[in-house]
Amino acid sequence: MLKILKYSFKDLMRSRWSYVYFLFYLLLGFVLLFLNNDLSKAVITLMNIIVVLVPLISTIFGIMYYYNSREFIELLLAQPLKRTSIFLGLYLGVAGSLTLSLFLGLGLPFALYGLFKSGDILNFSLLIITGSFLTFIFNGLAFNIAISNENRIKGFGYAVLLWLFMAVIYDGLFLLTLIVFEEYPLDTFSLVATVLNPIDLSRILILLELDISALLGYTGANFKAFFGTRLGITSALLMLMFWLLIPLWTSIKQAKRKDF
Amino acid sequence: MIRTEKHSIYIFLVTLLLTAPQCLAQIIEVCAECEVKNIQQGVALAEDRDTLLIKKGEYQEFNILVDKPISIIGEDFPVIDGQEKGEIFRIVSDNVRIQGLIIVNVGVSYTTDHAAIRVVRSSNFNIENNRFENLFFGIFLERSSKGVIKGNRIMGIARDEYNSGNGVHLWYSNNISVSDNRIEGVRDGIYLEFSDTIRIHGNESRRNLRYGLHFMFSNDNQYTNNLFENNGAGVAVMFSKRIRMTGNRFRKNWGPASYGMLLKEINDAEINDNLFEENTVGINIEGSNRIIYKGNQFVRNGWAVKVLGACYTNRFMANDFLYNSFDLSYNSNINDNIFEGNYWSNYSGYDLDKDGIGDVPHRPVKLFSYIVNRTPETLILLRSLFMDLIDFSERVSPVFTPDNLVDAKPKMRVVQ
Repeated sequence: MLKILKYSFKDLMRSRWSYVYFLFYLLLGFVLLFLNNDLSKAVITLMNIIVVLVPLISTIFGIMYYYNSREFIELLLAQPLKRTSIFLGLYLGVAGSLTLSLFLGLGLPFALYGLFKSGDILNFSLLIITGSFLTFIFNGLAFNIAISNENRIKGFGYAVLLWLFMAVIYDGLFLLTLIVFEEYPLDTFSLVATVLNPIDLSRILILLELDISALLGYTGANFKAFFGTRLGITSALLMLMFWLLIPLWTSIKQAKRKDF
Repeated sequence: MIRTEKHSIYIFLVTLLLTAPQCLAQIIEVCAECEVKNIQQGVALAEDRDTLLIKKGEYQEFNILVDKPISIIGEDFPVIDGQEKGEIFRIVSDNVRIQGLIIVNVGVSYTTDHAAIRVVRSSNFNIENNRFENLFFGIFLERSSKGVIKGNRIMGIARDEYNSGNGVHLWYSNNISVSDNRIEGVRDGIYLEFSDTIRIHGNESRRNLRYGLHFMFSNDNQYTNNLFENNGAGVAVMFSKRIRMTGNRFRKNWGPASYGMLLKEINDAEINDNLFEENTVGINIEGSNRIIYKGNQFVRNGWAVKVLGACYTNRFMANDFLYNSFDLSYNSNINDNIFEGNYWSNYSGYDLDKDGIGDVPHRPVKLFSYIVNRTPETLILLRSLFMDLIDFSERVSPVFTPDNLVDAKPKMRVVQ
């Protein structure tokens, strides 16, 4: 497994797309910090971008990589190797390289603008952590889709739809439900609805850390009580962990049963 | 030469004669080893215009009635300990000065408002450079006028609203100057009711249980260069006319029911050059008309300005709206207020003719703020992509937000 991981990681590191991704974040970080020198302000803006873009890029990239290395996978399958280690290796290679690009691309400009001397290092690391989680989660989901769809066009379609659903449609439905049932107490509902979508979960987690919690008023009191504590943050991260492990587990299960 | 010299001697003599009665005013020293052992005794002994000089030490006294025009001046901050038995000074005479004392342990009562210094129906008083600790009410003015409250430090340890009092409390009092005081940890920092033509200047009101500044039915007052920070519910001003607020700072009033400033039924006021920073709501406006907001800065608030209704012909000019979650929120789609020449940090227009004014009008009300007003729970969708999308579509063709609510001349650069 480690060899496959190393191979796919190196392969990706050499590929153009990793550089593009890395350069994109580098540019983004520098431009943001150039436009306003305020680190905490830049962290908020970055959050908006990360929460939307990281899932999109991870999904597309994951599915692309799988389809592209189709022949390589078939070659590996002919060898006396465990299927679990083949797919896990590939998965970790893609997700790892994307995370590295994200980490370096954003870390460099922030470090140069004096991140380590400011009090924003916690917020920034939370941002990176949620960004990495999102990368891993959506890569897993992409692998799921890719393995179960031989047809590439269909696979891409599902992947884009998945992102669209998580990033946009889900919130729309959420909003509609909140408005339709505004007469009822909605605290528990909104808590559950947030937890069920990794993008929303990451967004709320970062929002609460950035001290916007009071803005949320009475609704927020509930959230603050849940996420604001150490227990809350831990359980939110645990939830993200679940989101990471379940797609991974199903994709490996699928890969084991699949007739290539 | 000689004549003029004679002249000046006459003048000197006449002056001496005129000022003579004043020279007769005595200084009575009060200390543990002195003839006069306590303040009550001193006040009883004193004639009009005398000065009581309180030496350093601790005096366990309460219910001191000051009924003649005298000065009570502390040397090296003597401590007056009320032992939580009741009120400490009650001034019922004009021309009284209290200066340089430390007044501690005012009694808490549920039936009477005990104060460290209470001024009743008096004028021309001076309360300067005192310190108050462990108090119920600090300085309580009742139907008094023409006084000065300056440079006092009021440090309370209030925990509950029902058994705490206000730092500086004015009731039916006129022409008072309240300046350079520091007030912390009481219920309301500065409280005014039925008090007109008051000047509140350079005070710092922090960490109070309820409001930093609270006034009602108080007209023609001026509030300049004060700092209101970290108060439980910020600042609330209600039912007053012709007030002027300039150069104040309203900061860090965070909480579900906390406001930088809450305006209710305020008419014909001027609110200029203030700073509203990191409040849940910068200004909450309700039923307030003909107010001019000019040159204010709204920085990183949840809502910079929240307009609740019945607000007509207000003008917002040359203000800076910087990085607020919501710049402006309306709960209806009717607008009679004017927004012109403000700077909006989330303005997305351009300036082709380079005159510093954006070519595209700015719509400060987002659809999302309208939705949040209707269903507060939806706030958890803040900063989600879906919200940005519907905000964008609303900006292009307004349906729910007032369509005449635009800043036609948004500034391209920060005004201040």
